Amino acid sequence: MSYIHSIGEYFLMIKGVFGRMTKRSVLRELIFKEINELIIGSLGIVAFISFFIGGVVAIQTALNLNNPLIPKTLIAFAARQSIILEFAPTFISIIMAGKVGSFITSSIGSMRVTEQIDALEVMGINSLNYLIFPKIIAMLTYPFVIAISMFLGIVGAYAAAVLGGFVGSDLFLTGLQDGFEGFHIVYAFIKTFVFAMILATIPAYHGYYMKGGALEVGHASTTSFVWTSVVIIITNYVITQLLLS
Amino acid sequence: MIEVKNLHKSFSGEEILKGIDFVFEAGKTNLIIGQSGSGKSVLLKCMLGLFKPENGSIEYDGKAYSSFTDEEQRELRKEVGMLFQGGALFDSMTVEENVMFPLRMFTKQRKRELKARVAEVLKRVNLDGSENKYPAEISGGMQKRVAIARAIVNKPKYLFCDEPNSGLDPTTATVIDNLIQELTRENNITTVIITHDMNSVLEIGENIAFLKDGVLAWKGDKSQIFKTDDKTVTDFVYSSDLFKKVRDAQIKEIN
Repeated sequence: MSYIHSIGEYFLMIKGVFGRMTKRSVLRELIFKEINELIIGSLGIVAFISFFIGGVVAIQTALNLNNPLIPKTLIAFAARQSIILEFAPTFISIIMAGKVGSFITSSIGSMRVTEQIDALEVMGINSLNYLIFPKIIAMLTYPFVIAISMFLGIVGAYAAAVLGGFVGSDLFLTGLQDGFEGFHIVYAFIKTFVFAMILATIPAYHGYYMKGGALEVGHASTTSFVWTSVVIIITNYVITQLLLS
Repeated sequence: MIEVKNLHKSFSGEEILKGIDFVFEAGKTNLIIGQSGSGKSVLLKCMLGLFKPENGSIEYDGKAYSSFTDEEQRELRKEVGMLFQGGALFDSMTVEENVMFPLRMFTKQRKRELKARVAEVLKRVNLDGSENKYPAEISGGMQKRVAIARAIVNKPKYLFCDEPNSGLDPTTATVIDNLIQELTRENNITTVIITHDMNSVLEIGENIAFLKDGVLAWKGDKSQIFKTDDKTVTDFVYSSDLFKKVRDAQIKEIN
């Protein structure tokens, strides 16, 4: 019953976010601040993870290609497909649920605990719009992060495969272009867009409606990470079923 | 002036406010006192529009809050200043940005005008020179003064204070009390203060409502509170020997 209540409360929150808008000049500043904190601030970790996971995917594929009938171009093909279809959009989003999601929950939760949200409400400000709308808009630039992740993942795969001596540069580049379907990119970015909305709103929900003190802020962050991850994984399945099968 | 008439509020079937009637007067420091759980915070939140009462009315200068349109409610909120127990300053903003916040949200003044008004208010609360500090870099007393500055920067008609002295040393608490009283008189604000601090009651209690179990058990001012024989009030106000002695001395002085 409480799950149904929470789901209803979540959608009412979304309605509230798009209710009475905050002053435009203030919103603009908040959006840039959120882009800086949520997006730019995540580029380092995303770049680092993408490069090395790309390399690991290439090495593992190469090490498992024992059959001489299977062409070496498959290393690049497999790396490209796994990075574009799953690793960059889904795996990075789960990481972002930990990084960005926890940040959103704890920052909004701390504001709840210290009555800062009450202060906004008393002033007649739509606190949902003030706090969550800029995060949603900032997360619209999330596909940019995923594009970088895809690129660096493939660069990592190239570096590991070619510099590791598993395949020649020409063969890798040929494999990279083999059987390329543009729709896979579209599919990946549709997923990314949906995940961005999940990443902005579910942690915000857990922060905004939390009750208690500092200890509960930590608890809310953990719960937020778990639920954001669960929803991302279920949504991933549904979108994949709808768009690719 | 804020008039509360026959106010009832329940949570999960339990009645917290049981028909409160009280007039909070303009230009005076109106205190709500009472034990924990007596309904003080619920009354304050009803007055702020954060809780909707089941029965009764709250009238702002003769007009019932429940009859306000959404637009009128928003306009009213612009005339309300609130000092929260913990200050509720925005951690990510400097002192100047915190105080400027209501002005930025609700006025179309240029930055120079905003800064001038903020400087004026900060000077009034003796915080000039602290503009660029963050809340974490200043003391609890200074945070309270910043919160007062933020509450009054928009020249509110109504000022609500939730335990303004909690966590402060007696000297700083007196400074805060006196500051609130001075600002109330200077600007003819209807100030409503929730407090447990008996020093505040005896210093600035110009119009006091004593709540007990959701009922208005007593009302009066600081001079009357010395004379009252109402046991529920004296048990609460003079719960310590020190205050009993103060009371005896004050009665002697009055007589």
